[in-house]
Amino acid sequence: MSIVPRPRLGDIRVSKPRLAVFKFASCDGCQLQLLSCEDELLSLAEELEIVHFLEASSRIEMGPFDIALVEGSITTAADLGRIQEVRRQSKKLVTIGACATAGGIQALKNWADRSEFLRCVYATPETIDTLSTSTAIADHVQVDYELRGCPINRFQLLDVLRALLTDRRPKLPSHSVCLDCKRRDTVCVAVARDEICLGPITHAGCGALCPAFNRGCYGCFGPAQQSNCDSLVDWHLHRQVTAPTLVPLLRNFNAAAIEFRDCGDRVDPQSDLGQNL
Amino acid sequence: MNKKQIRTIEVAALTRVEGEGALRVVVEGERILDVQLAIYEPPRFFEALLRGRPLDETPDITARICGICPVAYQMTAVHALEQALGIVVTPEIRELRRLLYCGEWIESHGVHMHLLHIPDFFGYSNSIELAQVYPHQVNRGLRLKKIGNRLLEVLGGRAVHPINVAVGGFFKAPRLSELRSLADDLQWGLEAAIDVVRWVASFEYPEFKGDYEMVALRHAEEYPMNEGRIVSTAGLDIATDEFEQHFEERQVPHSTALHAWQLPHRSTYTVGPLARMNLNRDHLSACAYELSESVEMQWPCFNPYRSIIARGIEVVHAFEEALAIVRRYQGCSPARMSYAVSPGQAREGMWATEAPRGLIYHRYQTTSDGKIAHAKIIPPTSQNQRQIELDLAALLPQLLAQPDSAIGLACEKLIRSYDPCISCATHFLKFEIKRL
Repeated sequence: MSIVPRPRLGDIRVSKPRLAVFKFASCDGCQLQLLSCEDELLSLAEELEIVHFLEASSRIEMGPFDIALVEGSITTAADLGRIQEVRRQSKKLVTIGACATAGGIQALKNWADRSEFLRCVYATPETIDTLSTSTAIADHVQVDYELRGCPINRFQLLDVLRALLTDRRPKLPSHSVCLDCKRRDTVCVAVARDEICLGPITHAGCGALCPAFNRGCYGCFGPAQQSNCDSLVDWHLHRQVTAPTLVPLLRNFNAAAIEFRDCGDRVDPQSDLGQNL
Repeated sequence: MNKKQIRTIEVAALTRVEGEGALRVVVEGERILDVQLAIYEPPRFFEALLRGRPLDETPDITARICGICPVAYQMTAVHALEQALGIVVTPEIRELRRLLYCGEWIESHGVHMHLLHIPDFFGYSNSIELAQVYPHQVNRGLRLKKIGNRLLEVLGGRAVHPINVAVGGFFKAPRLSELRSLADDLQWGLEAAIDVVRWVASFEYPEFKGDYEMVALRHAEEYPMNEGRIVSTAGLDIATDEFEQHFEERQVPHSTALHAWQLPHRSTYTVGPLARMNLNRDHLSACAYELSESVEMQWPCFNPYRSIIARGIEVVHAFEEALAIVRRYQGCSPARMSYAVSPGQAREGMWATEAPRGLIYHRYQTTSDGKIAHAKIIPPTSQNQRQIELDLAALLPQLLAQPDSAIGLACEKLIRSYDPCISCATHFLKFEIKRL
């Protein structure tokens, strides 16, 4: 899985790995995390060459690329083609954020009537290129690493980049937010404050922020590995928490992540199981 | 050149702007036939997908419209919903919200100035190249931005899509020690931000006199962030709930973002730091006001290239105000006003605040069971978009002798001076025809 030998310092003849950043349907917040690595940005730029990053640089080079960071989900016919081209040009493709890994908040349209959505917003919808779904990058091309979160954690981003530069596996957690609360000594908001919290089924990465601010986790890092969504939801249903409260919580920034999607559809009396998918 | 020859100049991908757009200019001889700031950013239908969602999710969902200015969406949404529900927040909550907005102005202006815009003045493609020649200035910019992010993290939980903003206030008020610990950095930031303005004001700026109306909020006592009346350089003075009687949006074929104009003559207008400062300079903090007097700049200023100076002075203001708030903070209890959605009638609320890029307006209708029935969101960039095109049309005649690449570059520089936020503009607004 070696990609490019790490350039030796001072040896300008060794070309640096070429990094590209691509955006699909998204808010720019995840690529902004790269610019938010204030302390590391300039040193990172010595280790790799940023050759395609529209938000940050007017220098635009063509592929091939050693590492492509892909933000955003696929929502238009044009982007269906563009992601194939990005994949062809890139040795390693890393998706960054909930849009790219799970369709993002815009995946709510997977449950809606596309033409009605269009009419709600546009006077002349026929000029607008939009599919009836918002889907993850991995639904269309092979993805090498996925970074979860809405937005991603910039330290995880740095770790993935450094791992790719040094040919090691990234150290990405796979446990749930719940464990991080215990680690930082946060009193459980579900137990102590009776908040509905998705911490037990949500992927770690945020640092268990919401419970530390007295609110339940709303799942912005998507489902943790081996999460038992049904068990958590059934427990809440048993406590008389109703579907209209639980379904929007499962169906937000990672609505199209399989575990959240299936669990929400099971509970939602009106669901027709992701009709557009 | 053959007079009949049609020349098309295209910038396929605008760079160093937030979001994705292109520029297309069509010229026949000496005549500019068309200028289109084409936005091909895919639509995400926020107004449509908000419908039916629990209203207390609105600040979390609308934040996702823009990763650079999520606080602007959160602030506008909570104020509009509080107006709908009849919630009045305490002065302490109000002050913390101003502090949060200071953090976003520092962060967003910091990104735009140091990473996106300043490389233009030295002919570099990006700030990494700029840092080879001006390492101190770039590192100073990064540190300023970092302090803005730190403020957002302490108060909001994180800088991108903060998690601590709620309808009614905050989920948790910051501890005294947490806010006080920021004071040293804010003091450093204030001094560094003043140096940045002096540096930026020494750049060479093209002469450009825009003949247009500028619109911003104006508050009786303070530089506008979270509230005020809507005023303009042409004398407009209305309450925020009159916004839609004076401004509307329309769809244009070349863009997935709607364009806004002012009624009754469908005239263009601009919003943003320059508009705010032209209309509110008397309410700047002491250091920021003094700086605005001492830099080489005539007020009011209608040269969009000089927006970066206004942006820099606003960063000084934000640091000075943040420092004052942090120093006088004595805690905030309750952190959040409790409210109950009373069964019965549906409600409506609308509000405008000042996003880093200018005035932003939200209107919501809520259902009797606490859900969103209707949402309308008008971001700054859709209000500036048409004026950017007109400015380009005014600029282009002087450039036509140059090769396409040079023209494209000159156009991009003008566009960047507006700090357009294309992701924001592309969330689509309902088109309504109004006949007056």
